Amino acid sequence: MKAKTADKIATGVIYGIAASVAFVLIAMLAFILVRGLPHLSWHFLTAAARSFEAGGGIGIQLFNSFYLLILALLISFPIALGAAIYLNEYAKPSLFITIVRTAIEVMSSLPSVVVGLFGFLIFVVKFHLGFSILSGAIALTIFNLPILTRSIETSLSQIPNLQREAGAALGLSRFETVIHVILPASVPSIVTGVVISAGRVFGEAAALIYTAGQSAPTLDFTDWNPFNLASPLSPFRPAETLAVHIWKINSEGIMPDLSAVSAGASAVLIIVVLLFNFSARRLGNLLYKKLTNS
Amino acid sequence: MTKRSQELKPVSEFISDSRPERFVYQMDGDRHEIALSTENLQVRYGDKLALSEGDLSFERYKITSLIGASGSGKSTFLRSLNRMNDDVANVTGKIMYRGLDINSKDIDVYEMRRHIGMVFQRPNPFAKSIYDNITFPLTRRGKYTKEQLDEIVETTLKQAALWDQVKDELNKSALALSGGQAQRLVIARALALKPDILLLDEPSSALDPISSAKFEDTLLELKKYYTIIIVTHNMQQAARISDYTAFFHQGKVIEYDLTRKIFTRPKVKLTDDYISGNFG
Amino acid sequence: MDLITEKIKKTSLSTKQDRFGKFISVSALVLIAAIVVLIFGFVLTRGLATFTTNKISVSDFLFGTNWNPSVVDKKTGMPGVGALPLILGSLAVTFLAAIIATPFAIGTAVFMTEIAKKRGAKIMQPVIELLVGIPSVVYGVIGLTVVVPAIRSIFGGTGLGILSGTIVLFVMILPTITSMTVDTLKGVPRHYRESALAIGATRWQMIYKVILRAATPGILTAIVFGMARAFGEALAVQMVIGNSATMPDSLVSPAATLTSVLTMGIGNTVMGSLQNNVLWSLAMILLLMSLIFNIVIRLIGRKGELK
Repeated sequence: MKAKTADKIATGVIYGIAASVAFVLIAMLAFILVRGLPHLSWHFLTAAARSFEAGGGIGIQLFNSFYLLILALLISFPIALGAAIYLNEYAKPSLFITIVRTAIEVMSSLPSVVVGLFGFLIFVVKFHLGFSILSGAIALTIFNLPILTRSIETSLSQIPNLQREAGAALGLSRFETVIHVILPASVPSIVTGVVISAGRVFGEAAALIYTAGQSAPTLDFTDWNPFNLASPLSPFRPAETLAVHIWKINSEGIMPDLSAVSAGASAVLIIVVLLFNFSARRLGNLLYKKLTNS
Repeated sequence: MTKRSQELKPVSEFISDSRPERFVYQMDGDRHEIALSTENLQVRYGDKLALSEGDLSFERYKITSLIGASGSGKSTFLRSLNRMNDDVANVTGKIMYRGLDINSKDIDVYEMRRHIGMVFQRPNPFAKSIYDNITFPLTRRGKYTKEQLDEIVETTLKQAALWDQVKDELNKSALALSGGQAQRLVIARALALKPDILLLDEPSSALDPISSAKFEDTLLELKKYYTIIIVTHNMQQAARISDYTAFFHQGKVIEYDLTRKIFTRPKVKLTDDYISGNFG
Repeated sequence: MDLITEKIKKTSLSTKQDRFGKFISVSALVLIAAIVVLIFGFVLTRGLATFTTNKISVSDFLFGTNWNPSVVDKKTGMPGVGALPLILGSLAVTFLAAIIATPFAIGTAVFMTEIAKKRGAKIMQPVIELLVGIPSVVYGVIGLTVVVPAIRSIFGGTGLGILSGTIVLFVMILPTITSMTVDTLKGVPRHYRESALAIGATRWQMIYKVILRAATPGILTAIVFGMARAFGEALAVQMVIGNSATMPDSLVSPAATLTSVLTMGIGNTVMGSLQNNVLWSLAMILLLMSLIFNIVIRLIGRKGELK
């Protein structure tokens, strides 16, 4: 009898815990969206930020976030892909592999602020790149590499060995089997992994405050020459991202409509990140269907 | 055991000569040409000796069955023949093919495998169309016109007895094929490379009886042009299709002879026990 | 020699391709390893400069209670480089957050794997995934606009402090610990459950006495992972902790952590100065702590294997 009562109480408590966790998430999302959505407007999404007066937007920050994300993915994806291919397709147990795997593990648990500081030290200070898109993109790359490598490696490992044997028995090199057979078959799950990592990168701020910087100079959206500092494409300009902007204005912002801007920007940030997370699986499933039906 | 070694010796003696045209031995008064043979082949997984004794010679344009219980070393032996075991096992000894030891370092494994093809237990078509499955390994290495490719696809699919079923849907994904069809596609894919020797590792174990019967017909057809070495669990299959049979037990070849001899009057009692099903 | 034997002896295109592929992919791997080595190399050299160049003693740094590097203490004649308040701040928020998060994480994980598998997969799985995805600055904003005012109204004062930091971190590491615990629970073999139920155990007895016991190493790993994340988290904590580098005397008075001081300070100091060097020493502690968390996780894993 006692055991049964305990069982009932425990079940009740566990239900309560699960419900409260779900409640916390829903409350947080609702809080951010309810507070933020009313402030969203085309003007808010496109206008430049203002430091001292009301009515500023997040246009440049939003652009910076996407630009940095794309650059970071462009740099980190090939490296992560190469590393994952080696780990999954070539690596045999050895001291070297143990060391590298440990390194990747350690890298993935580095606090992102340390990654940011390293980027600051090397790229901003040593290489005189200054606070710049490039410094930021490299910091984000370091931040992203271990997770992306692992996710691609997992994707590759899910393709049955039969396919590799098929390639080998036909005299195809392991490399071309990987490129032409294994990779196409794992594209859906790789895409899912990349998009999920994109969500993480998009929301990251600590690695950026001392690399991409905390200022967003006005951009000339008619100048697409990457070598002009005012060009949106210039990799050498400082570029405050949306996430950094939110942190910055909450820490030391002085504009009169601070809470509105913060609420609006947070809503935009969370919407974009959620979109990434939602579309990650969808996109993967869609690609998978396309691949197997054709 | 000693009896067995004597049985095998005459076969391997002839292959020490390295000129292809001399790979011939006399048996029952006939000349037999050797396509592939092993010398002192041993396979180790770590410390474990998976194949210790068993040197075989395989006659050209014949089907040789390798039979034995699970773990007897027959699959290990087969997979070593075109060095599919290189990554997981330590293979020592010689594998003689056209006068070359293909188990040596200076052999290009990839090129060798284009001449000694392999089909596996479970069908493994690529996630590509039926057509591309056959042409992909070809076009990766040479230039072919569309007509040539079409012809190769048709010939090989006919050889593998799959053409009539798939000729109208060559662009369909190979993953949509049934197990039996997929296995025949895989054979066609291997044939497209025009190999000398086909190694088959329990190729029909994943097939239903009807597909399996068709598959056996296909093999009998194929032996006109190919030397076939097949690992099978199915004793009837071995008896039906093969010219020679080797019986493996605990990493050793116990007996190797003409199939009809093995199945009617085996010389070793162990073989008899295995074949008649009172094993253990 | 016929054509085939000639071909077999030559290096084929496949072999060349494979050499190329191996080279390319191993370079990527070496690059990653090199980055890790570089990070450690640079941060350690910088961080050690405090002790080598500026001749600060390690114990003064680790156990000193006065953090104010830009002002020379009149009594000791030394700048205030005692990092103890920050270390304690970091440890306090980390451990408190882990202590609160653990029962919630285990409860949720048990709910998802043992009690309501279908609903668990349908509702809680996405909830956990979404929680993982929320960026840390958003946690900071919520902390600043919800948690801090709430604490202010209950306890008075500013509302900023270790308690606020703990609550924010608790929500942040909850999904990390939960999802890893879920994986561990799923890994407990079926027959454990079946044999427990077969001898008449209630579901809770089965969960508590069999499953959670069997999963203990995995759950510990999950908790340490969560702690590692909490210890290294910078912005969300910095926004609600109050940034006052004094010895914490209460959970609801402003405090500071290693990361919050780093975030605020590194841009305001001159490279190579003492003020800058001690900040790198803080970064070094962060780095070493993340290494220690890694080692602990490995040790737990090894112990779990032996059982």
